[in-house]
Amino acid sequence: MLIRRPPDIRASEITDERLYRTRREFIRTTSGAIAAGVLPPALLAACGGGKDAHAAAAPGADDKLTPFKDVTTYNNFYEFGTDKSDPAKNAGSLRLKPWSVAVEGEVNKPKTFDVDDLIRLFPPQERIYRMRCVEAWSMVIPWLGFPLKDLIDRVEPTAQAKYVEFTTLYDPEQMPGQKRSVLDWPYIEGLRLDEARHPLAILSVGLYGKMLLGQNGAPIRLVVPWKYGFKGIKSIVRIRLVREQPVNTWQVQASSEYGFYANVNPEVDHPRWSQKRERRIGELRPRPTLMFNGYGDQVASLYAGMDLRRNF
Amino acid sequence: MSFRNRVFKPLVFAGAATPGAVLAWDALRGGLGADPVSELLHRTGWWALTLLFVTLAVTPIRRFTGWNGVIRVRRMLGLFAFFYATMHFCIYVGLDQFFALSFILEDVTKRPYITIGFTALVILSALALTSTKGWVRRLGKRWQRLHRLVYIAALAGVVHFYWQVKADTREPLIFATILAALLVARLRPRRRPPPRRPAPTRAPAPAPRRADADAAGVPS
Repeated sequence: MLIRRPPDIRASEITDERLYRTRREFIRTTSGAIAAGVLPPALLAACGGGKDAHAAAAPGADDKLTPFKDVTTYNNFYEFGTDKSDPAKNAGSLRLKPWSVAVEGEVNKPKTFDVDDLIRLFPPQERIYRMRCVEAWSMVIPWLGFPLKDLIDRVEPTAQAKYVEFTTLYDPEQMPGQKRSVLDWPYIEGLRLDEARHPLAILSVGLYGKMLLGQNGAPIRLVVPWKYGFKGIKSIVRIRLVREQPVNTWQVQASSEYGFYANVNPEVDHPRWSQKRERRIGELRPRPTLMFNGYGDQVASLYAGMDLRRNF
Repeated sequence: MSFRNRVFKPLVFAGAATPGAVLAWDALRGGLGADPVSELLHRTGWWALTLLFVTLAVTPIRRFTGWNGVIRVRRMLGLFAFFYATMHFCIYVGLDQFFALSFILEDVTKRPYITIGFTALVILSALALTSTKGWVRRLGKRWQRLHRLVYIAALAGVVHFYWQVKADTREPLIFATILAALLVARLRPRRRPPPRRPAPTRAPAPAPRRADADAAGVPS
């Protein structure tokens, strides 16, 4: 069997943001042969694989990338503190290597993967997605990741598998925010199996052509762009295929405010604030929030016939 | 006026104005982070509540230390609290909601944390409006009764803070604890006021002395 094995991404191969932003022009003006010879693999990964695979989900003309600085300094990651600036300050204590992810439960081939092996098995593709936080702000982020479906298929779910449950690392020494019981640690999230196998759902290992930073959920996190940001569980250590619907952490915290589905929906307000509009980071004027965060064409069929007001 | 008083009041003024100046400076140099609007909202709200608490601390400080001069800055502190609360509201209306009246009306009527925050602002507006010497004189006894609403405003402010937090309630609970302490400090059996002169805000005199006029703003 031929398995493509791109080498690991080394720090020396990281692309800076300016180069990243002008990458297409850069490629145009560089001869293919030379580019193939000298460009670091990370850049190739960012430029190549799958960027047109989901053209229908590509960001619109008015979706400018949110600056790298904002993406990496304005984060909700309570494991490192509840202030938006805390994760960037505190995530340095997270030990990223070695990092393994157990994939288990209702599967025929349970296996614990090292993240480096996952990256080798499933070469990261670029996905530029809108990210809508439940707090009514949003960003546009160029992720690097691979379809969650690829990993799920590899472990062969049994017929009993109906849902996927994800768990974040629990280690108060590395994640100082866990020393206070702000949330019911460890953080848990879940998807229905068909949601998890949707091609837009990815496990991300990088953004802006670089490896993920701790504050963004390094070394591996979930990205489900049609759902509120809190569904995108970070720093995952376990993925379980299960029969019953998992109870996600925010639902435990406040079940009247946060449900299992958490699909972006301007018609269903948070009990305490409106979800009709959002403020895009970097913009002043609020913009209307789109149903399923603008990914309705791709995902609405998953919820055909469901009462989204009840299944919020 | 003693030297201490001449220095004390401007000093307190400068202290209370500093957070606003720092905020304006941060806003001008783009130092408010990725979401400047929410940072502006948070900081103006935080300072409104904090200065309201400092205002409420004046009477206990006076009672425990016996230092009557502290009363001179009470009205000014109350007005600063009102100033920050007004900025907070203006930023919400103009920058956060972009003057979308239908959204604002929906927020104020349907969302309890905004309803209660708005209630606090309405109370503070009434108190600020009636904080002048003229109104103290015109309202007489009723002035003090009206200005007792400051406790409701402070409580409403704390609840406003508590209700908008998603999970980490530590900071609003600290505010709640301090408010409780400030209120308990008032429950102590009333000692006779210092014999030299009557308690300032009770002075019904048509032309109160300067110190008495300055005391207007919050009841003892």
